[in-house]
Amino acid sequence: MTALFDIDQLLNEMETGLRRVLEQRGVTDPALIGIRTGGVWLADVLGKRLGIEQPFGELDISFYRDDFSRIGLNPKVKPSSLPFDTEGRDILLIDDVIMSGRTIRAAMNEIFDYGRPASITLATLVDLGARELPVQPDVVGQVLELGAHQRVKLRGPEPLRIELQESGQQ
Amino acid sequence: MSGVNSNSRLVITGGTLFDGEKERDNPGLLIADGKVAGLGARVRESHAAQTFDATGCVISAGFIDLCCNLREPGNGQKGNIASETRAAAHGGFTTVCASPETSPINDSGAVTHLIQERAASSGAVRVVPVGAVTRGLKGELLSDMAGLKSAGCRLLGNGSRSVGNARILRRCMAYAETFGLTLMFSPENQALAADGYAHDGQVTTRLGLLGIPEVAETAAVAEMLLLAEETGVRLHLSQLSCARSVDMLAEARQRGIPVTADVAMHQLAFTEESLASFDSRFHVRPPLRSEVDRQALIKGVESGVIDAIVSQHLPHDTAAKQAPLPATEPGLSSIESVLSLGLELVERGELSRSRLLQALTTGPGAIAGQSARLDEGAEADLCVFDPAQHWQPSVSALVSVGKHAPVLDRSLPGRMRLTLVAGQVAWRE
Amino acid sequence: MTATDPSPNHLQLTRDGQLRHFLTLDGLSRELLTDILDTADSFIEVGTRSIKKVPLLRGRTVVNLFFEPSTRTRSTFELAAKRLSADVLNLDISTSATSKGESLSDTLLNLEAMASDMFVVRHSQSGAPHFIASSVTPGVAIINAGDGRHSHPTQAMLDMLTIRQNKGGFEGLKVAIVGDVLHSRVARSQIRALNELGVDEVRIIAPGTLLPRDVEDLGCTVEYDMKRGMKDLDVVIMLRLQNERMEGALLPSEREFFRLYGLTEDKLALAKPDCIVMHPGPINRGVEIESSVADGPQSVILSQVTNGIAIRMAVMSMAMGGQMAERQYRQTHTNQEARA
Repeated sequence: MTALFDIDQLLNEMETGLRRVLEQRGVTDPALIGIRTGGVWLADVLGKRLGIEQPFGELDISFYRDDFSRIGLNPKVKPSSLPFDTEGRDILLIDDVIMSGRTIRAAMNEIFDYGRPASITLATLVDLGARELPVQPDVVGQVLELGAHQRVKLRGPEPLRIELQESGQQ
Repeated sequence: MSGVNSNSRLVITGGTLFDGEKERDNPGLLIADGKVAGLGARVRESHAAQTFDATGCVISAGFIDLCCNLREPGNGQKGNIASETRAAAHGGFTTVCASPETSPINDSGAVTHLIQERAASSGAVRVVPVGAVTRGLKGELLSDMAGLKSAGCRLLGNGSRSVGNARILRRCMAYAETFGLTLMFSPENQALAADGYAHDGQVTTRLGLLGIPEVAETAAVAEMLLLAEETGVRLHLSQLSCARSVDMLAEARQRGIPVTADVAMHQLAFTEESLASFDSRFHVRPPLRSEVDRQALIKGVESGVIDAIVSQHLPHDTAAKQAPLPATEPGLSSIESVLSLGLELVERGELSRSRLLQALTTGPGAIAGQSARLDEGAEADLCVFDPAQHWQPSVSALVSVGKHAPVLDRSLPGRMRLTLVAGQVAWRE
Repeated sequence: MTATDPSPNHLQLTRDGQLRHFLTLDGLSRELLTDILDTADSFIEVGTRSIKKVPLLRGRTVVNLFFEPSTRTRSTFELAAKRLSADVLNLDISTSATSKGESLSDTLLNLEAMASDMFVVRHSQSGAPHFIASSVTPGVAIINAGDGRHSHPTQAMLDMLTIRQNKGGFEGLKVAIVGDVLHSRVARSQIRALNELGVDEVRIIAPGTLLPRDVEDLGCTVEYDMKRGMKDLDVVIMLRLQNERMEGALLPSEREFFRLYGLTEDKLALAKPDCIVMHPGPINRGVEIESSVADGPQSVILSQVTNGIAIRMAVMSMAMGGQMAERQYRQTHTNQEARA
């Protein structure tokens, strides 16, 4: 089931893509932020690969989710931690999966509450399409099309692997 | 009273007959001209215009309630004689002693007469007015006891309120003794009860409610017993709630002090835990106490130290209970559930059925001066209930204006099938 | 033997165990209390940002219903609600409706007409928030901001947060609560929380007139002598003494109370050297506590205030979330029924 994905291959794609985008934009001192939980593991790996020495930030978007009025508050919310000032910084925002785009919208809202960044670059490991908001990643490890009952999940942090889950039918 | 013509004859067949002492097979009971006209072999169904099949049921003398609030005279919002005596009949009661705590208070012969007239015209059961022992129940000045007596009051009390101090209490007793009146008091030391409204114990400690300690009752019981011994008055302690009170009562009776006592059914069925979720229905006075107290009170009934079980029926409009617990008014709408709650105690083996029925009939009858035996020639005051059948005291099933019955959400054993007062139907299912 | 479910939880929890009201700590599990503390930790972080607001309660209306005046508590609730982006209405009922004889039920009916989503209730009568929670329309969350002598659950939880910050956890701790426990809703909630969170000992230090009957049943030991009681303490919580306690023969004088039960440097020296000092405020200096102790290095009284906002944000968002989840459940349920 996991044999479908070569995680190192995907990380290579992301690293190459990020280097390219940063160069294009002339960003020399990016600040790295991972969205909990998968994005945090990826930020850790990518930070090392890109040689970013400053510690990366961790974002818990529970307080910014737009489905609070349907499902309530995530009981396992943890504090976000951004060990740097976001004001005027070039942010590299990392998440494991992008689909509707709602998580990224929430994450961007939260980042702005810390201060106004100069730019945000978005990188995700997997892009599942099915967007509901006009949010597009700058860098993607792999584009996937899933069946109606399939879901992907990043497991980690050691080792990182992607699981394809069949749900709703046993 | 309606349904059966007073001249008609009714035969009740089947079931068991509680004769005031014990139950036996019903030999056949003939009711004629409002009286028990025959028992057993002399009763033939052909004598009767009507028969009532009581198979599976218990036929008992009608219940007598020493403590009931009919709310009339009053503004009618919380009930009246018509509504509450009908509720009493639904509960199997054929005589209720009406608390003097009315508006105006029954502290004069005129008010007593008014109650008697209203009872005669609109009451479903017999109403025995209890006179106020102090003017306006204020606990300060003596009421017109002689006038109350000549109007027909045999029992005087101070409702749910306490008498100012021991000196006034002593004079109340001495004056009542002059006329051979029985005094009924709900013992409570005002200074110790203070602003409390719940048993001072585990639940008040947990919920931060203001407690009434047991000693508020036991100190008053001790005081009243000593004063009764000295004055020689016939004393009836009403609505006991503490184990220690039962002990003192037993000791006093052993020493020959003319004292009797009752307990409210809810004190036998519930404890302080009923308030654990701030359920304002169980805001009652005296408060529901601990499990130890509950068991001692049941033992008191079983041993006969406690003579009677009362309803302490206190109907309210819904607004009186719709507030934070401390701001609600005390009291339960209980008269329709007394028998059923008692039968639950019987089912659980906590109380014998014969003692339950004695404490509802001959026990209170002796204090109120009413015969409560179904002998030939006796008044045909009786009730017929099916102890095995259940009913649910829902808001619509309750006859009382007060809908705050102790049990609302489940069914109870003991369906009242028929209540007769002087041979006339007061309740029929 | 009771007619209804005696646990308060059928009222304050949803069918899957989330908060929907916050009335009392009775019956709340260690897990749920820990969730509240963890969520509050996240809100403390929010308080350090340049914009200290999150959009959780955007478009919701929170009504501060204070039947008993308390500017301090009301302000922290107000700030908490505003940081959650709610609209806030402050109603000081003690001076308006009820003094004109309007019943609480009638007041509530009027307020519901304003389409509020949450009532924060402070009332002088024990059980008032329970009564309100059981009589308002479903969907409105009730937060208890202190009722009579019963409960002050947000205060107790902010105290727990303060203890956890300073001690790292609760296991093995010896905690004393000193003073007027009889009249204290705070103490009742604290005793309950400390027991549920698993401290080693909760010790009450007070004279007999300020103790409720059988207080040990709440899960604590009792010590009349403060000097003996200070031994081995990790945390000492001082309670406020109301001036009116001298009336009604509960205490002879403030001076004697301070001499016997006031926290001084000398007495504090009898506890563990790292013992922290707490007080729910407002402090009567020289009655419960010496100024040099209240302002001293072992005092954490000021961090209690910061934590108060975070705890209130946590329970408000959790209870509102529970109400939302329940609304959703009811809606899908009705829809399913309609389809069937």
